[in-house]
Parts: sequence; C-alpha cells; structure tokens
Amino acid sequence: MEVPILKQGQYLIASIQSALTDADLSQLREALIERVGRFRARGVIVDVTALDVMDSFAVRTLRDIAHMARLRGAETVIVGIQPEVAFAMVQLGLTLKGVATALDLEEGLAFLDGVARERVERGQGPFDRGPGHRDRG
Amino acid sequence: MVDELLVPIASDVDVVTARQQGRSVAADAGFSSGDQTVIAAAISELARNILMYARRGEIALTVISNGDRQGVVVIARDQGPGIPDVGRALQDGYSTSGGLGLGLPGARRLMDEFDVSSVVGQGTTVTMKKWRQLSS
Repeated sequence: MEVPILKQGQYLIASIQSALTDADLSQLREALIERVGRFRARGVIVDVTALDVMDSFAVRTLRDIAHMARLRGAETVIVGIQPEVAFAMVQLGLTLKGVATALDLEEGLAFLDGVARERVERGQGPFDRGPGHRDRG
Repeated sequence: MVDELLVPIASDVDVVTARQQGRSVAADAGFSSGDQTVIAAAISELARNILMYARRGEIALTVISNGDRQGVVVIARDQGPGIPDVGRALQDGYSTSGGLGLGLPGARRLMDEFDVSSVVGQGTTVTMKKWRQLSS
C-alpha cells in the first residue's frame, strides 16, 4: 500500500495509514527522497501514528530516510510513535539515534519551523521566501 | 490445547500477516495491548529472519495454559541453511545479512522464554513464549 505524501509549504508530510510491508517502506523512502528534490522541500514529516509495530527494518528505513533527506538539504522528524510501540522498540534495542522525533504532527511542524528559523539566523539559506530568492552566490 | 495457527512465510506481505495474526492470538489469550505489540514485534523479527536467510518457512501460533498462567507460543520454522554459531547469532549487532543484527537478540529480550535449535544445512526452529498471570 502506497503512503500518501502531501506537500505543505516547504515541507513534505508522509502519513502512514496502515501496516506496511518492507517493500512499501522502501518505496516510501525512494518517493520521499525524490520529492525532496522535486519540491525543493526543507522538511520531511513521517507520521507513524497508525503503525502498530516498528521492527528493525522499519526503524532502519526511517533512519535512512532521515539521513538521506539531510544529505539533500531537508530535515526529517518522525511523529506519532505510540507508547506500546516505543516500549517494544526499546526492548528490541532500536533507538532512532540521530533522528528527530516529536509527539505529533503539530509538534513536528513546530520543530521544523524552529530548524528553519535557525537556518535563516545562521544565514544558511532562505526559508519561506520563495524559490526566486534561492540563487545566491 | 488450542489449535495451532499456521502462517506460511514466503514474502514480505506474510511478515505483516504473521505479526497481525500474532497480535490477535495474543489478544484472544488476554494479553494487554502493550504485550500484544511486544509479541507482534518479536514475530516480525523472526518472520523477517526466515525471509532473509531461508526464503520460506512458517510461523506457528498457539495459546497454552500452565496452572495459573496463560501464554502464547510462537514457533518459527524453516528448512534454510541453518545457523552455524547460535551463540553468536544471539549477540547484539551480529549479522550476516547486512541487517541491524537485532533480530534474534531483540526478539529474545521481548519474550519470556526463547530457544533456538538449528542444524546447518537442515534448518532452524526458534521457539519463544510469552506468559501472563491469570487473575484469580
């Protein structure tokens, strides 16, 4: 089952709706990384609220998405990990180290807005100014 | 003794089916939603191991009772290449597949009982159990 990916401003939001096979997860990774470029996205949110299990493959794929998106200039935040899922993940030894997480979609958006503001303050590229301002020396 | 529920494993769709069946068997056995997730996650790891190393096999799910305890037994069977060094395969971070190496040790941490029997060239059987106290 393909995961729908919505574009909202400079963010991409992938909202997982049901249990995913390994192939579905890999497909999501390819689609997100491609769209980061196509839409010049600066942020990616993967909403896993509907996932009832996160095993080692799911966690590895989410980590890959975050690292690949970062290499393409976008920050990723995983939102909606359920309490039981978090418990099982820790028991399995799965930690999502180096990947941002947030409680829900709202917190995820707030996190990405914060990253965007920091970038502007550090002069690392414009945010929310439209593609016309992108060509700088 | 309750009937055994058999889930054949031959593709990644079957991994999802196995963990969903495992969750529902655990729910029928009265496990909390947290324990259902734990059992489903352990099944997911074993089912994926079958796919990666043996290509096909099966997961058998059974509910058992023992005095004041009720439990779920998960047996993952395959006729794959077998595990040459079971002790090592149970160590965190050891993997011959390029995976995270958390499958077997992770599943063992999730369950109460865990046993691996493997013969090189003949296959592997992993038996794991999760128990819960019956309230009197």
